[in-house]
Amino acid sequence: MAARSMFEKIWDTHTVTAGPQGSSLVYIDLHLLHEVTSPQAFEGLRLAGRKLRRPGLSFATLDHNVPTSVDRMIISDVLAHSQVEALRKNCAEFGVLLFDLDSPDQGIVHVIGPELGLTQPGMTIVCGDSHTSTHGAFGALAFGIGTSEVEHVMATQCLLQKKPKTMIVKFSGGLGPGVTAKDMILGLIAKIGVDGAAGHVIEYAGDTIRDLSMESRMTICNMSIEAGARAGMIGPDEITFSYLKHRRFAPVSSRWEEAKDYWRQLNSDEGATFDVTVEINCAALAPFVTWGTNPAMATPVTERVPDPERAASDSARNSMARALEYMGLRPGTPMEDIPVDRVFIGSCTNARLEDIRAAARVIKGYRISNRVQAMVVPGSQRVKQAAEQEGLNRIFLEAGFEWREPGCSMCLGMNPDRLNPQERCASTSNRNFEGRQGAGGRTHLVSPAMAAAAAITGRFTDIRGWRYKE
Amino acid sequence: MQPFKTHTGIVAPLQRENVDTDQIIPKQFLKRTERTGYGDFLFFDWRYDGNGRPNAQFSLNQPAYRRATILLAGKNFGCGSSREHAVWALRDYGFRAVIASSFADIFSTNCVKNGIVPVALSPVAVVEFMARAFTGSFSLKIDLEQCTVAAQDGFVCSFQMDPFQRACLLEGTDEIGATLKCLKQIEDYEKSRHTFLNRPVVDNF
Repeated sequence: MAARSMFEKIWDTHTVTAGPQGSSLVYIDLHLLHEVTSPQAFEGLRLAGRKLRRPGLSFATLDHNVPTSVDRMIISDVLAHSQVEALRKNCAEFGVLLFDLDSPDQGIVHVIGPELGLTQPGMTIVCGDSHTSTHGAFGALAFGIGTSEVEHVMATQCLLQKKPKTMIVKFSGGLGPGVTAKDMILGLIAKIGVDGAAGHVIEYAGDTIRDLSMESRMTICNMSIEAGARAGMIGPDEITFSYLKHRRFAPVSSRWEEAKDYWRQLNSDEGATFDVTVEINCAALAPFVTWGTNPAMATPVTERVPDPERAASDSARNSMARALEYMGLRPGTPMEDIPVDRVFIGSCTNARLEDIRAAARVIKGYRISNRVQAMVVPGSQRVKQAAEQEGLNRIFLEAGFEWREPGCSMCLGMNPDRLNPQERCASTSNRNFEGRQGAGGRTHLVSPAMAAAAAITGRFTDIRGWRYKE
Repeated sequence: MQPFKTHTGIVAPLQRENVDTDQIIPKQFLKRTERTGYGDFLFFDWRYDGNGRPNAQFSLNQPAYRRATILLAGKNFGCGSSREHAVWALRDYGFRAVIASSFADIFSTNCVKNGIVPVALSPVAVVEFMARAFTGSFSLKIDLEQCTVAAQDGFVCSFQMDPFQRACLLEGTDEIGATLKCLKQIEDYEKSRHTFLNRPVVDNF
């Protein structure tokens, strides 16, 4: 058989049959649900008199709209409350396991899937959320879908899909101190653009990827969608297996060995071909900060706000000028001179234990700037608990941060955590779109360490010069 | 779903690239549990100022485009969040089609599931139509059977669409119903799989 990529292997093993007009009927191994994109799908099943075909392959949690305050068991937002109640009722009626607000396993859907060992190599995984690409870090084919497709998976455990193209991104060279997975993915998106990978599944490869932890690999795969990719994935290895071992839903005893043998074969064959190849030299990367209103509008922290007059085309100039106006920035301003009002450490991109440790290490022994309001929203109850066991919550609280309950929070501002108009935020999340964190709010995407440093100094600060107080 | 063959309508210009679904329908309107009722909130932060008054600069608020049923925009339309609410908002507002030089993948799929036609034209054609749309009330005819977009003066350009998406739109296919006709194949597939993969995830309860 011809050399195949990991994507092709997973696609082949999950193709049930050829669909109409060149599409394929693809089997889905794991369906993750949350309160915002599922109610219409459950209602669709009900109206059509259809069943949820494989409730055991569906798992749900509450994350998008839930408050992160300690008194959140009573949700005062009537509409948010009704969405939460709808998910509870739907899960009970259709037999889906729900990780509710009082569950020790509640959290952001893309944080808890891996944490529980639900996410495994070789699987097809979908969720009504574009950041489902996160799960690709385990060598799974994972992608976001709309509510109609959610309903399709519920009714059939399959999806009709057109086969995407493939792209390989090779990261090579060692990362400098203070340069992280977030900077790798922002660097890639800045290079190829927000539609640079449209229609493609990306495989991330190269020695730099091999050296990354699972948390960092998830950060990279998470933001694949910000380059327009259908999915992002990384071949499973010993780092993947040791992360998964003993997780609640991971295979046990003899099945563990069987699974590992199977997982090892998933990696792309020598000589597998890809439609597009991109190479990134990580040794040349610096910590990135976004300056505009999409994730490709990013620059090393050592640079200045770019000048639209130097744009390559009229349309690029218009987009840049519009973005700078929205962001309240002037061309030529050093990034390190930009003051921040808010700091958000959270989201499915950067709210895992490793991220919280990195931020805590920066702020230890410091107080946040008087002008800054800062919050940490752990990605899950388990992340929160583990961080508290290490005493990280105390470091944040002593520095003046708020320490919150898990959820999507200010990544998208569906709950009460929002920016006010014109407030400027250093955020570890994934989208700096207009109004993303609150109408009129100004978002700058950064790594957890960079966000922490901005909280202390009150402006963007190159983390590579930081004085750590160990 | 209503089949789509041809549609003639007024074009509303939105001269922006990378319009993300957060702009099409901001997050505060995602809390409904229905598939309808989103039209009033389409492009909310662009259509209205901070006090809820219509922004006169925004094309949808201008008299020439009040009855527009075709939206015209720059590349990578619908990027970002997978929220199908974005398509529901366009549909509820009255749009039947979006023309752009390219579309984000999830958005384009969501369009097809709701009978909204995502027409990808060359950047040159988009610029040409954008200029015409800015002159005032300008209509186009989209013919999905012929895969053409035609102006009243005879200017015609053709487009390509994934054959599966096109067939779904032309026929108004009930995809779930169609897939359920393959139920036997799905069951056979589940039985034939590698024992490890076939293991239901919930075994470890």
